[in-house]
Amino acid sequence: MLDADYYARLGLGSVFEKVLNGERLSIDDGRNLFACEDINAVGALAHHARTRLHGDSAYYVLNRHVNYTNVCVNACLFCAYQREEDEQDGAFRLSVDDILAKLDPKDGLPYDEVHIVGGCHPKLPLSFFEDAIKRVKETYPDIIVKAFTAVEIAHFAELENISTKEVLERLKAAGLEAMPGGGAEIFAPKVREQICPKKATGEEWLNVAREAHQLGITSNCTMLFGHLESIDDRLDHLDQLRRLQDETNGFTCFIPLPFLTENSMLKLPEERIGPHTGLDKLRTIAISRLMLDNIPHIKSYWVMLGVKLAQAALHYGADDLDGTIVEEKIGHDAGAQSEQAMTIPQLEEMIARSGFTPVRRNSFFKPVAEGK
Amino acid sequence: MHAHSPFNESDAVKEVAKKVLRGERIDLGEATVLYNEASLLTLAHLANEIRFAKHPEKMVTYVADRNINYSNICACACRFCAFFVAPEKAETSGGYVISREELGQKIEETIALGGTQILMQGGHHPDLTMEFYEDMIRWIKKNYPSIHVHAFSPPEIVFFAENENLLVKDVIARLRAAGLDSIPGGGAEILVDEVRSQVSPNKCSATAWLAVMEEAHYQGLNTTATMMFGHEEKPHHRIEHLFAVRDVQDRTNGFTAFIPWTFQPGNTNISCRPEPSAGYLRVLAMSRIVLDNIDNIQASWVTMGPEIAQLALSYGANDVGSLMIEENVVAAAGVSFCLSREDIHSIVEAAGFVPKQRTMNYTLIEDKEA
Repeated sequence: MLDADYYARLGLGSVFEKVLNGERLSIDDGRNLFACEDINAVGALAHHARTRLHGDSAYYVLNRHVNYTNVCVNACLFCAYQREEDEQDGAFRLSVDDILAKLDPKDGLPYDEVHIVGGCHPKLPLSFFEDAIKRVKETYPDIIVKAFTAVEIAHFAELENISTKEVLERLKAAGLEAMPGGGAEIFAPKVREQICPKKATGEEWLNVAREAHQLGITSNCTMLFGHLESIDDRLDHLDQLRRLQDETNGFTCFIPLPFLTENSMLKLPEERIGPHTGLDKLRTIAISRLMLDNIPHIKSYWVMLGVKLAQAALHYGADDLDGTIVEEKIGHDAGAQSEQAMTIPQLEEMIARSGFTPVRRNSFFKPVAEGK
Repeated sequence: MHAHSPFNESDAVKEVAKKVLRGERIDLGEATVLYNEASLLTLAHLANEIRFAKHPEKMVTYVADRNINYSNICACACRFCAFFVAPEKAETSGGYVISREELGQKIEETIALGGTQILMQGGHHPDLTMEFYEDMIRWIKKNYPSIHVHAFSPPEIVFFAENENLLVKDVIARLRAAGLDSIPGGGAEILVDEVRSQVSPNKCSATAWLAVMEEAHYQGLNTTATMMFGHEEKPHHRIEHLFAVRDVQDRTNGFTAFIPWTFQPGNTNISCRPEPSAGYLRVLAMSRIVLDNIDNIQASWVTMGPEIAQLALSYGANDVGSLMIEENVVAAAGVSFCLSREDIHSIVEAAGFVPKQRTMNYTLIEDKEA
C-alpha cells in the first residue's frame, strides 16, 4: 500500500509525515520528490494535499481570453506570438470596441471573467487601458476583469515614466479586479537572461505582485518550465512565490506552464524536446502543489498541457482546469495542439467522469450559481 | 466518486488491496470494490507492484508492425465505426479491396522500417471467399517468408464461417494451414451481449468471440485480447469483460497480451465525449490487477496520446503496443497521434525503462537474432 512503510522504502518517510501533518516541505524535500522514481508515490502525496484543501471539487471558469496586441518590445526567445511593430506582417492591435465586441455573449451565457493580456506595445498609453477597463465594466458590470501581467504593468510604468504602484492604482480605479500570473517565466537570473533578456526581471515581477496585493488586487502566478532551467531553479522559483505569499497572501492560483518547443527560437538540449516530457510535467504540477502550501489553487491549464494530460493532472495535485477560454493566441502560436475553446458541458463532463464534482467558479474561486 | 486521498481508503478497499499485494487472485466482487471505490493512485500503485512482480526488469517492449486493412467494405455497420463502407455503397463511397501490388508495397515498406509483422484486418465483405483469404496469406508467406501474419479478428472468422457455411474450427484450421501465425484481439469491444447488441448488433456474440479464441489457442495459435470502452457500456460491463477473458485464459493460456483502449467518437454513430484520462487509467490498472494470468498489458498511445501512454507505464502496462506504421481505423474517428521509433524510445526511456523491440509472442528481437 501507499503507506508510511512504502514511503520510508523510497526514502521519503519524513516527507510523507510532513504532508500528512500539513507541515511545510523544505527545498531538499522538493529535490527528493523530483528524484523519486515512483510518479504514483509523488502524485499520491500531491493528491492528498489537494484533497485536504478542496475535497472532491474541481473548478472551471466561464471565461474569455482577449489578447489585445501581439506587438511587443520584449522579443523573448520562446515566443512565437510576438511581432516587432504594428506594420509587420501578422501584427494586430485591438481597439476598445474590438475588445467589447469579443465579450458579447451572443446566444451563450455572459462570461464570468475576461482575461486580458497582450504584448508590451511600444506606444499604447496607459489611458488606453484605463479606458478599455472602464468601458468593459460599464458595458458588462458582472464580468470580472482579470488583466495585465506584472510584466505589462512594469512596461506601462516605464512608458509613462511613473511608478508601478501608480500604474496599479490607476488601473484599479478604472476597474481592474485581479491580475493573471503570466510573465514570471523562471526567476533565476541566469536562465532569464537567456530566454527573455529584455523582460522585467524576476525581482521586478515579484515587486509588482507585492504592490498589487497590497492594493487589494489579487493575482495568479506562473512558472514556465522545461526549457533551460534546472530542478533547483524550479524549486527556487516556487520558494520565492511561497515567501511572497507568506507576506501578502494575495496569490489565488499557481499555473505551471510547460514550455512548448514547436515554434520557439530557443534551441534546447535534445532531451528536452519531444513527446516524452509528460511525466516531468505531471511531477512538476504535483511538486508545485506540495511546495506551495500557502497558495490555494493549482491550475491544470489545458491550453498548454493538452486536454488529456490536463485531465490526468487533476489526480496529481491540480484542482482547476481554467475554462472555456474561447480564443487563445499565445500558447497556440507556440505550438499548442489543443482546441481554441471548451464548452461548459465538456468541462463539467470531463471533471465528473474523472471522479470529481465540477464547480463553476469566478476569478476569486467563489462558486458561481448555475444559470447566472 | 473516487477523488478521495489514497491515504484514506475504506477498510473494504484495503482488504482487497492486501490480497492483491500478496499475489492472490481476486473475484468479481472484490474487483468491483476496487474499481468503484479505490482512488486512482491506489489502483496505479497496486497495478505497478504486480507489474514489477511479474516483470522485475525495467524494460518496456514494443512491436514494429503495420495495420493493413485489406478492405473497408463491411456488412456489419457497427455504430462506433467511422471506417467502414456499406457493401451497397462500395462503388460510390470509396469502398476498396487491396490489390496484391499495394499489399506487397506496404509489406516492403514495413520490412524497410525494421518491421517484423503485419496486423491485417478488414471489413466483413460479403463477396470475398475463403479462397481469397487463404490465397492472400499464402502469397504473403511465399513472397515475404520472414513476415509474421497477425490477422483476422474473431468477428471476421465467424463471418467467414457463416458466409460459407463452414465450422469456425475449420476456418481457423484452413487459415492456419495457409500460413496464419496468430490472431489479433480486435472486435472484442465489450464482451457482454447486452452492450454488443446495442453498439454492434450485427457482429458476433461475446460467446462466439471467446469461442474463436479458445479454438485458436487449442489449434496452437496465440492471440491477443482487447477491450474498447467508453461508449454505451456501464462500468460493471468493463469488469465483466476482464473476467470473461481471464476464464478463457485459465483454460488455454493462449492470450499473449491484453489491450484496453478507449472509444473515439469522431465521425461515428455514437454520440458521446471521449473517456477522460483518469477513466482510461483506472481500466488499465484494473486490467493488470484482474488478469493475473496474462503476462503483458499494453498502453494505447494511439487513442490516448504519448503522454498518457507514458504515464500508463506506471499503471501496469509493460508494453507500448506497436510502432503502428499505418493506422486507419482510429484515424477515421478523428484521432491521429503519430510517433516514430525514436519517439517511442524517448517516451519509454524518460519513464525510466529500456525500450526493446519484440515479436507477437514477446520474444525479444535481439534474442531472436542472437
